[in-house]
Amino acid sequence: MNDALIKLLQTLLVLLIVSVVAFFFLKMAPGDPVMLLLGSEYSPQAYARLMHELGLDQPVTVQYLHWLGRFVQGDWGISYVTRDNIFKQAVLQALPVTLSLATLSLLMALALGIPAGLLAALFRGRWVDGLVSSLSVLGSAFPSFYLGIILIWVFGVELGWFPTMGFVRPWDDFWDGLYHLGLPAITLAVYYTGLIAITTRSSLIEVLNQPFIAAVRARGEPMVRVVGVHAMRNVMMPLVTVIGLQLGGLLRGAVMTEVVFAVPGLGQMITTAVLSREYGVVQAGVMLTALFFVAVNLVVDQTYRFLDPRLRAR
Amino acid sequence: MLTGQSGPLLALQDFTLRRGAHAVLDAVTLTLDSGRTLGLLGESGAGKSTLAMALIGLLRPPEVELFGSMVFAGTELVGLPETQYRALRGNRIGLVFQDATASLDPCFTVGQQICEPLKRHLGLGPREATARAIELLTQVGIPDARSRLNAYPHQLSGGMQQRVMISIALACRPQLLIADEATSALDVTIQAQIMELILQQVRASGSSAIFVLHDLALASQVCDDIAVLYAGQLVEAGPATAVLGAPKHPYTIGLRSCVVELDSEHLNPLVGSVPSLNEMPDGCHFCTRCPDAIPRCSKERPPLITHQDRQVACWLVPELPTSAPASAPVSVGAS
Amino acid sequence: MKSFWKAVSLQRNAMFGLAIVGIFILMAVFAPVLAPYNPTEQNLEFALQGPSGEHWLGTDSFGQDVYSRMLYGARLALGIGFASVALGLLGGLIIGLLAGLLGGRVEWALMRLVDAILAFPEIILAIAFVAVLGMGTDKVVYALAISFVGPFARIVRSDVLQVKARPFIEAARLMGVPPFRIIVRHLLPNVLSSLMVQAGIRISTAILLESGLSFFGIGVVPPTPDWGLIIAEGRGFITMAPWISGFPGVALALLLIGLTLLGDGLRDAFDPRSGGH
Repeated sequence: MNDALIKLLQTLLVLLIVSVVAFFFLKMAPGDPVMLLLGSEYSPQAYARLMHELGLDQPVTVQYLHWLGRFVQGDWGISYVTRDNIFKQAVLQALPVTLSLATLSLLMALALGIPAGLLAALFRGRWVDGLVSSLSVLGSAFPSFYLGIILIWVFGVELGWFPTMGFVRPWDDFWDGLYHLGLPAITLAVYYTGLIAITTRSSLIEVLNQPFIAAVRARGEPMVRVVGVHAMRNVMMPLVTVIGLQLGGLLRGAVMTEVVFAVPGLGQMITTAVLSREYGVVQAGVMLTALFFVAVNLVVDQTYRFLDPRLRAR
Repeated sequence: MLTGQSGPLLALQDFTLRRGAHAVLDAVTLTLDSGRTLGLLGESGAGKSTLAMALIGLLRPPEVELFGSMVFAGTELVGLPETQYRALRGNRIGLVFQDATASLDPCFTVGQQICEPLKRHLGLGPREATARAIELLTQVGIPDARSRLNAYPHQLSGGMQQRVMISIALACRPQLLIADEATSALDVTIQAQIMELILQQVRASGSSAIFVLHDLALASQVCDDIAVLYAGQLVEAGPATAVLGAPKHPYTIGLRSCVVELDSEHLNPLVGSVPSLNEMPDGCHFCTRCPDAIPRCSKERPPLITHQDRQVACWLVPELPTSAPASAPVSVGAS
Repeated sequence: MKSFWKAVSLQRNAMFGLAIVGIFILMAVFAPVLAPYNPTEQNLEFALQGPSGEHWLGTDSFGQDVYSRMLYGARLALGIGFASVALGLLGGLIIGLLAGLLGGRVEWALMRLVDAILAFPEIILAIAFVAVLGMGTDKVVYALAISFVGPFARIVRSDVLQVKARPFIEAARLMGVPPFRIIVRHLLPNVLSSLMVQAGIRISTAILLESGLSFFGIGVVPPTPDWGLIIAEGRGFITMAPWISGFPGVALALLLIGLTLLGDGLRDAFDPRSGGH
């Protein structure tokens, strides 16, 4: 348990550094927030007054502490463009959307990728293997934004199977929401499916060569159980490892997919914010993704212990 | 000692295993009666482990080609369909692997792994299987068996892991136990314990055992009969006292003189090394290293003949009928 | 060098990837020679024309030749890819060496900093830096380079720690070889080999990121012939002029596939056990 505690403290420290970086990033951004708020005409006194109001006349470290204090309480400022609470915008509106997209894609990818990898490993060297391996490489290398455009064109415009625009939240209307998420989720899933299939295949091949597999067969267990239970159980570890390592890739794909399909998630929020020079929103988005990323990595780390008994408490 | 009631438990007749163009096992003929222990001796690459794997059916077409015959308790194993073979594995034939640490699934508990064959072959329910598992673990000398059931393999020491492996192999009371270098990976002190344990279990249940070994001294202590393999060929087979006490085949003689006595003054290594599969001579595979080889040895393979109390395959050893009367049963097959 | 070649050539996929990448490198290098038009030359009368004799891959909404833009796009993509990875590699090397060799507090501090950088997903980091630095080709290179420093630093440090512990380093020290010499002649070569493989793999990520950023409109500025940018420009005309987005997209996909194959092949040739960092 001590191990986990140390890990947690280290993570908090890292998050603290992250917050410092995020704060100073905002400071470095071009543009003067006071001027932006005041508009084109203002007097030096108005400037000084607003500066004092915003606390910008304090030393930087004090500003940081104030900002940090506000941040952890959920006060992330107001967006210039929407005049809305940034926290509400980011956490309550954008984040759930990105999460639903990512979750749906991951589920699709697992449902397709694991069986594909399994088949490729079992029929190693034959055409099934070649097909799965080639498609997987293709899928994992193909740029998601381009794929999105192609899919929109083919399935949305030409065939009309999926809607090309508009977004419905799955928690407002489940099936309609899912329908609108379909194409973006498929686009994102392509990348991950390839990755999962490749990892499943290579891990399975390696596991099947282990002596304990022969030992299980020597007990008279049928291949279905040897592969399906014993081998797959041992494949879970490397699979989760890869999924964890590739979270960055998943997010990258999610950002690209959101922009292409106009899905109002974090990715779209951040990119539009950069274009409209909404640094407060960018900062919030950056902090949020970092927080989330760190949290998920922590969870994945803990999952290892669960999956591999050798890593559990000594 | 028992002799087989309706014939030997295991009978190999000209059993050949080919991998690609090479015969890894070349026309091996031997028998094993129930209740007896057989030691398969030979250096690395002789084909001992291959034979063990072939016996339990883990090495079969299409990876390899099998010829000849291998009959176990009246069932022909060569060409046996997989479904039927599966009913034998872990049930009537048990296999103990060399490296117990690598042979136990790290993600499942010891209990889960012992209960697997119990549930599958004996159809035991969870309660009965657990009870039997505890019984087995205690039998192999694992203390506190009940709590050990929930342990994962890595939580046990090497010796304990091997005991678990043995209990898994013995779970369904097999007629034949194959131990493939079962103690080679263990410390010397533990080796003796484990060997004794296996022997005790085998004797107690009246089953037969095949020990794949490279250690002559161990073989002489543990095995009733010995079969010596060289590069896939059976060169000498018979009771341990005969084969190891007074070996007739040049290879066995050489092996025995390699054994370093505590008071010996110098080492007596066997010259040369096993030829690679590509360079294997046509006749007797040992002719390249044999100090007494004659030209015939490299061209014609010597047949397995009976010489006194054992069987030998060597041109230099004449056929001699068994001098002793049939009261001392000889568990060697006839050519 | 010879053994390197031997190892790589054994991988059929890697050779295939190498062939593809090779073609693109040639395209990039000889773009000025191969391109029939100036990539930013606008001819509004010929806008939105399909593939023809004069314009092999058609023209876009400004009348620019898609073929020429595609060729120059290869130049840009590979240029940004190599430059950002090289810079990131340099930064990572320095930090990793310092951390690995100096140890103690310095290592701890540097590694926590690296952890902080790694806490951000690459794309977010790249977007953030572009937001701060501004847009444009050079800014994109810097932004990407910074986001690569993290992974490289980690790899370098762990390699340094591993190599440092090896007996031959100890032997060299005992023989009185000066520390700097040990680093340069013994340490670096061992660290560099696996690093090169990682760098190779990162190039495709770099190209994907930069074209993605340009696609969003926060990467290079128009009228720079960047594939991502062109795809974005052609997006509005996807039904009536699919060649604008189509061809550069195919080029991008092919190059990425080639790089992936090559990267995987390199990794398998030198370290078959690693599943990618």
